[in-house]
Amino acid sequence: MTEAALRTADLTKRYGKIGALKGLTLDVPRGAVFGFLGPNGAGKTTAVKLLLGLSRATSGEAWVLGAPLSDARRHREARRRVGYLPELFRYQGWLTSREVLALHCELMRLERPRWAAEIDRALAVVGLAGRERDRVSTYSKGMQQRLGLGCALLGHPDLVLLDEPTSALDPVGRHDVREIIRELKGDGVTVFLNSHLLSEVEQVCDRVAIVDEGRVIASGTFDELLAGDSVRVRVTGLPDGALASFGAQVDRDGDWTVIRGIRGDRIPDLIAEVVRLGARVYAVEPAHESLEDRFLSLLGKDQGH
Amino acid sequence: MATFTIAKLVIREVVRRKLILALLALTVLAVALTGWGFSRIPTLTQRGVPIGEDQVKLIASQLLILVMFMFGNIIALSSVFIASPALSGDLESGVALSMLARPIARREYVLGKWLGLAGLVIAYAIASIAVELVAIQIAVGYLPPRPVEFALFLVGRGIVLLTFALLLSTRLSGMVGGVIALVLYGMAWLLGVVGGLGATFGNETIERVGTVSKLILPTDGLWRGAVYHLEPAIVLAGANAAGPAAAANPFYSPAPPPLAYLVWCVFWILGVLALAMLSFRRREA
Repeated sequence: MTEAALRTADLTKRYGKIGALKGLTLDVPRGAVFGFLGPNGAGKTTAVKLLLGLSRATSGEAWVLGAPLSDARRHREARRRVGYLPELFRYQGWLTSREVLALHCELMRLERPRWAAEIDRALAVVGLAGRERDRVSTYSKGMQQRLGLGCALLGHPDLVLLDEPTSALDPVGRHDVREIIRELKGDGVTVFLNSHLLSEVEQVCDRVAIVDEGRVIASGTFDELLAGDSVRVRVTGLPDGALASFGAQVDRDGDWTVIRGIRGDRIPDLIAEVVRLGARVYAVEPAHESLEDRFLSLLGKDQGH
Repeated sequence: MATFTIAKLVIREVVRRKLILALLALTVLAVALTGWGFSRIPTLTQRGVPIGEDQVKLIASQLLILVMFMFGNIIALSSVFIASPALSGDLESGVALSMLARPIARREYVLGKWLGLAGLVIAYAIASIAVELVAIQIAVGYLPPRPVEFALFLVGRGIVLLTFALLLSTRLSGMVGGVIALVLYGMAWLLGVVGGLGATFGNETIERVGTVSKLILPTDGLWRGAVYHLEPAIVLAGANAAGPAAAANPFYSPAPPPLAYLVWCVFWILGVLALAMLSFRRREA
């Protein structure tokens, strides 16, 4: 079995009496685009900083590409294959973006003959080609964030951690970032996306963990996370009361029959029973919550308090 | 090696930000002014008679100590100014985040900063001292007895302050660390004078205050070493004849610091640098 790209076990960070992260346990499979979703101050950035050794955990352990945090040497070596765009992105304003990228090639110990091609590729991907000879101090905030993303993509990393990667970008820039993430996924790169933007996460991630006040309050694929407990079927020729054993409540709504209180894995059995009874099936619609509804209900904010 | 990458980056930043250019321009101005001043010494007269060559050299030697006191202070203050925000500034601005996430150890980052900054201090100190001495040689034909040893002591003092400011920078903002380093530098100088007064009046307790301060922050001790190497033999002989009374004079030193003190200074620098690495290793980014 291949090891997870990222794994944390009861990872905890305290600043004095304040618990920034309270026992984070996560598993991010290789090749996944993993959304780490939570409101401001939930502990998302703290988690990323701990994973990269920028901050020290109070307790617990984490593994980055198999290298544990507690083994500084191995962890450092593993970071050669990790790209990172910090939430607070700032680069040397007195350098050109080409020079910043070269600096990062050098820091990640990329073979020198590869630098030029890697830098050109990164500049093209993030849309800074043509501006690479300008000093970073002349860049807009959005361009600096693009540069940060370019740094994170250098050297074909196995894992990319993006902390609020679109915070300074306009809608076009956000679209570009989503495309970049999709390309990374296509190349088999694991992406850990920190975000409080639900639509961003919903559009690109295939797994998600929702974090609040330093704890993961839900995690899984979108299907697992957003699956409702009801299904609507449009059938004809179904005897009354035939499906009562499948759900807590069965209602008719015109041509539709609504079965509430049914688990997702029971839906195939339900349809098999409908067919066995000789009824005709035209449509099956399992109910899904929107990510926003689920997010708000998990945070306890769905009642307006 | 990441250490050299960071060291190169430090030097590049200082050059790119035109700090070196500004320092060099001001240094050329200072050298030109002092050179002109020294060239006027032979025109001085005493009761209408031009002063003799020995007197010219004596005046030049003492004036040179004052000029070098100024240059030494420029080197010392510059060392503090460039080192005190070197780490804290990177953390506060966020520049350090993307770099420290790379496969680089914290100790390499600190050592790289130190090497880059030390290289700059050494280059500037040697260049400015050399140019000033050449200018004075041309102006009045005077060269201090041991200019190389003098320059090494002054560079050593710069490195001591630089290392101390870098240690403070691992935990304190550039402004706070810089002020602390400068205040302690001033205090060390003053306590050196106080210790000298103790020697003058034979008060061992007060004398010990000076000795202890020279051990805790060896800036004044190294300055005394620098001054000694600027003094011509005639001044040393005269001052020694006057007994311990001259010990309090901060522009005079009757003897070079003992070898043991120099060894202590080397260990002090290495120890403080190691402490900076340890402190930065535990610092949250």
